[in-house]
Amino acid sequence: MPLHIRLYTKFVFLLLLATLVFGMLSSWAYLFPESFNQYLPFYQLRPIHTSAALFFIISAATLCIILFHKDTLGRDATTAVFEKIFITTWIATILVIFTYYGFRQFGGREYWEFPAWLSIPLLFSWVSLMIGYYKGWLKCADKKPLYIWMWSTGILFFFITFIEQNLWQISWFRQSFLRELTVQWKANGSMVGAWNQMIYGSSLFLMVMISGDKTIARNKKAFFFYFLGLTNLMFNWGHHIYNLPAHGAIRHISYIISMTEWLIFISIIQGFKNKLGEARKLRHLLPYKFLIAAEFWVFANLLLALFMSIPAVNRYTHGTHITVAHAMGTTIGINTMILLGVLGYALDIDQKIKSGRKLFTSAYNLAQVSLLIFWLSLIAAGILKGYRSVALNMTVFQEMMAPINNVLKLFAVTGIGVAIGIAIIVVQYWQAADKSNRIVKDVK
Amino acid sequence: MLRLVWGILFTAFCLYTGWVYLYCDEKTEIVQNNPSVTKGWQLWQQKNCQSCHQLYGLGGYMGPDLTNIAGDSSKGRPYMHTFIKYGTGKMPAYNMTDEEVSQVIDFLEWVDKSGVARVPEEAVHWTGTYIIEK
Repeated sequence: MPLHIRLYTKFVFLLLLATLVFGMLSSWAYLFPESFNQYLPFYQLRPIHTSAALFFIISAATLCIILFHKDTLGRDATTAVFEKIFITTWIATILVIFTYYGFRQFGGREYWEFPAWLSIPLLFSWVSLMIGYYKGWLKCADKKPLYIWMWSTGILFFFITFIEQNLWQISWFRQSFLRELTVQWKANGSMVGAWNQMIYGSSLFLMVMISGDKTIARNKKAFFFYFLGLTNLMFNWGHHIYNLPAHGAIRHISYIISMTEWLIFISIIQGFKNKLGEARKLRHLLPYKFLIAAEFWVFANLLLALFMSIPAVNRYTHGTHITVAHAMGTTIGINTMILLGVLGYALDIDQKIKSGRKLFTSAYNLAQVSLLIFWLSLIAAGILKGYRSVALNMTVFQEMMAPINNVLKLFAVTGIGVAIGIAIIVVQYWQAADKSNRIVKDVK
Repeated sequence: MLRLVWGILFTAFCLYTGWVYLYCDEKTEIVQNNPSVTKGWQLWQQKNCQSCHQLYGLGGYMGPDLTNIAGDSSKGRPYMHTFIKYGTGKMPAYNMTDEEVSQVIDFLEWVDKSGVARVPEEAVHWTGTYIIEK
């Protein structure tokens, strides 16, 4: 593995560890703000946690593409140059962002709280990634497998939505609060779709590699679901702003498009039998364990998302911890699990941790069980908040939140389990990265 | 064929994006902001108020939604001024000047005029969607 990719791999693991540590601290600062306010207030911890999580997901998604680029699209002399420019600028900018957070200097908006000028080096670095990637893509033969379509879509749409996310700096967008908020959540919603394209593309690539079956990335059904996902990426962001008195068409379009996800849900149920057979054959592979976990979390979170996408239900769930459950369930349960699976394959984790396999399995089980209780406690807190604020119309905030905070103590405790479980796995991956020289087989 | 479908979807996305930018707030009465509101909005971001508070249910979960706090007749400017200036047990004091506090309140008053965060029960249509009338 080249040095710059090895360093980037370790940076990705550091981001994941930072996400876990600051996530744990944030949950306790949320419950006991008086004890944290002087040194590590919640308003400082939360952006560190959320930015670390976002940058982990996006960085790991790009790392997977970089790792498999050679074997899918080929490389020339300049590919490594663009990769190095991307990696150097990306890492340096993220370090500057966390330095700003350390001094409590903010200026951006939710999830991107850093001062706005730092978007310029991030964009520059992304353009470098795009040049390196699309140079290979243009040379690739015409019939591309689906994972290349997904990577290409994800990289392009991250670029588009990142620019859109920064349009607030043009004063016209700020003349109307509704316009500003609509565009902000349009960009945020579609950006999640963009990184999902990159991550699901890598997941598909992993399935092709471990099953040896190339047809799963070329059949018509897979492409149908790709286009369904792409349609949702483009038009399904409106569920974030159902309660905004913006143009009704945004709400109705989003509602209709989001209901098409029932097709994905039905397809998952239909595929369960095949998955069980596949799981029996492949369960000895550690990376495959993460894909099984991700499959469960896709099922659970898609069901939750489908109900949240009905405006009449959203009226009770919007602004409650059910939204947090969905965000955590998808970022930890789906994104992180897939990324750990794909990176585990790339690092040849099955061979590298032969002696630590028992510890790995225990850590994996601890993370999954804790995450399930963590997720359910957030849903319980959200149901309570929705009931008390909407059905009972309670208006005194502290009074409304009193029983909810008790449920959230369970969330904070199980958060420690999630963090410890994933952290043990990350440490094992770190050690494997030191030894990894894996060359991915050609699947063209 | 795949490229054609992709191209049609992407064209629809571009057209929809342009329409959203131009007409998303068409059905509402737009209240123009002013320099004080703009400054208050910047302070809202610089002090990271969104970490704990929501506007239209979007933001943090530690404190209350502040979309319509300025329109609450039981509260008013002095109430908001005291909270922002001195904080509470849970909310830290941000050491803002009186002028800065006033700008944040101007921003919240402007947000309040943009609409109501809570969707009323009668706005829920039988199809499950909302019909929100300004």
